[in-house]
Amino acid sequence: MGRKLLLEHINVPGINTFKVYREKGGYRSVEKALKTMSTDEVVEEVKKSGLRGRGGAGFPTGMKWSFLAKPEGVARYLVCNADESEPGTFKDRYLMTHIPHALIEGMITSSYALGAHTSYIYVRGEMMPQIRILEKAIAEAKEAGFLGKNILGTGYDLELYVQPGAGAYICGEETALLESLEGKRGNPRIKPPFPAIAGLYGCPTVVNNVETIAAVVPIINDGGEEYAKIGIGRSTGTKLISASGNINKPGVYEIEMGITVEDFIYSDEYCGGIANGKRLKAVVAGGSSVPILPANLILNLANGEKRLMSYESLSEGGFITGTMLGSGGFIAFDEDQSVVRNTWNFARFYAHESCGQCSPCREGTGWMEKVLHSIVNGTGRPSDMDLLVNVAKQIEGNTICPLGDAAAWPVASAIRHFRDEFQWYVDNPELSQKQNYGLAHYADPLPVLETIEN
Amino acid sequence: MLRVEDTAAVEFSTELLAKCSEIISRYPEGKQKSALLPILHEVQAVFGWLSANSMDKVAEILNIKDIEVYEVATFYTQYFLKPQGKYVLEVCRTGPCCLVGAEKLMEYIGEKLGVKENEATADGLFSYRGVECLAACGYAPVLQIGPEYTFYENLTPESVDKLIEELKSK
Ligand SMILES: Cc1cc2nc3c(=O)[nH]c(=O)nc-3n(C[C@H](O)[C@H](O)[C@H](O)COP(=O)(O)O)c2cc1C
Ligand code: SF4
Ligand code: FES
Repeated sequence: MGRKLLLEHINVPGINTFKVYREKGGYRSVEKALKTMSTDEVVEEVKKSGLRGRGGAGFPTGMKWSFLAKPEGVARYLVCNADESEPGTFKDRYLMTHIPHALIEGMITSSYALGAHTSYIYVRGEMMPQIRILEKAIAEAKEAGFLGKNILGTGYDLELYVQPGAGAYICGEETALLESLEGKRGNPRIKPPFPAIAGLYGCPTVVNNVETIAAVVPIINDGGEEYAKIGIGRSTGTKLISASGNINKPGVYEIEMGITVEDFIYSDEYCGGIANGKRLKAVVAGGSSVPILPANLILNLANGEKRLMSYESLSEGGFITGTMLGSGGFIAFDEDQSVVRNTWNFARFYAHESCGQCSPCREGTGWMEKVLHSIVNGTGRPSDMDLLVNVAKQIEGNTICPLGDAAAWPVASAIRHFRDEFQWYVDNPELSQKQNYGLAHYADPLPVLETIEN
Repeated sequence: MLRVEDTAAVEFSTELLAKCSEIISRYPEGKQKSALLPILHEVQAVFGWLSANSMDKVAEILNIKDIEVYEVATFYTQYFLKPQGKYVLEVCRTGPCCLVGAEKLMEYIGEKLGVKENEATADGLFSYRGVECLAACGYAPVLQIGPEYTFYENLTPESVDKLIEELKSK
């Protein structure tokens, strides 16, 4: 069994209440930080931990915190990104639903470290039940003296509020999120200035993902060095993986970084293998935005070594043979799934969610969707695959925010690795409407299950 | 699009006005515009949708221009700019859910209700629409029903039948 830092007590009855959470050792990090550590010392521990942002980009959290500008007399803000809208990702919802105080505790300790006195948790508006849960948890923490004025008699003041979004994937992008929090449309801002200099209301601001903030709790309790002992290389600690698609046990798993992808998919501790006795065709390992890989490349690196669940190993091989850990949204496709259809579905998603500010993204995502739609429906042309690759290239790197890249990569990678399936749709317009292309040569090369010990 | 032809007057109850003030108090002085999204959710929960008049009222409360409210209301997908069925079944239609049958399920709901996407049933009780990933892909297929966005997971035709019966008898 891997170590659990975030989900250790998830099955304890009543862990969603302050009382039980506290009995299980909750809020120790607040006491330790506020009573015995300076703000710089807290930042230093987070740096030592090697923690990297869990929202998708993987930027080192301690470093991000140390970039925060601290002009005299200007408010600073910590904003938690609980917009969680990346297809395939549902870990933040899980954490907030079952163990909300882990996030509240992390927010208090982190706000202290950054010198923030008002902090917001921006939750996507569809998560109204989670908003209610968090509001209740905040009220309980306040009642117990962990929020409000003069917390635990230390002189530190903090107010914490939950802010709902209203349905827009783009508001997960941190500057769009800040615009939305200011009561505007979610249009990403041109950077620089970065939020660390001019964020919410033009004040220095740190935006961090739910899981990142929750991870600050064990880091302060046990020390950054202890945290860094878990994991592999620059992928320290544990990571929540949202597993979905055609597996036996979909759900949220906390893994120690560095386990093999094979173990994650096939062992009973995690996904429990492919559902209905089928075989694995492909995986999107880090949420819809990252490149899709065929089974053989997700299980093994190009040199034949086993691929690991870590930032480095998943991206090994660059975009030729690798992918990315992203937000940890792990989507498995069995042999009966159509990669072409899923690529169209994702393209439709990005076209729908583009905020429309920059023309390569606005026009390009719509164009890719149309072309893919015609391929899926048996009216594609032989030149369409090259056209799609070309449009994807024109978008990539030419936009205000990374949504453009996020829309381009899934299309480009699907054509790179599954071109013959696209070709088959174009060559067999009628057959492709009745039958799937199948597994072809993407099969997982494993003698399934036999090689795995639990 | 905005339904400017709808001119029915709206009255905000004292509870709703009190809720608006509480929300405004969460932000620094002068930053009351931040209250816009949460207040629109509250207004929609009361009226079922956002009429032009109700938005103008919100603009007045927040001391911002009407257009600032319309801009926001038209950008975000959760706000309804015309009246809906009493229960809007919002079914996730994104990739991971489709791997385990979301498209078929949505077809089933359409047939069952006998309406097209975004149309209300004759009794005004139901409508349905596809929405994007609801961060519940591991429990797919899923749907949600506002204004509290109650969640229904691992759906089957049978569980959908049951849900619709339950809502009808409420
Ligand atoms: C289109 C787009 C959507 C994003 N959605 C999310 C999201 O839902 N949740 C999240 O934490 N980060 C999301 N991000 C990443 C944020 O911009 C930002 O990097 C992150 O919140 C930083 O927190 P972290 O360093 O703790 O990961 C998104 C980025 C882009 C470009
Ligand atoms: S890349 Fe797309 S989503 Fe991002 S700012 Fe430009 S148009 Fe908007
Ligand atoms: S794809 Fe349906 S909830 Fe994520």
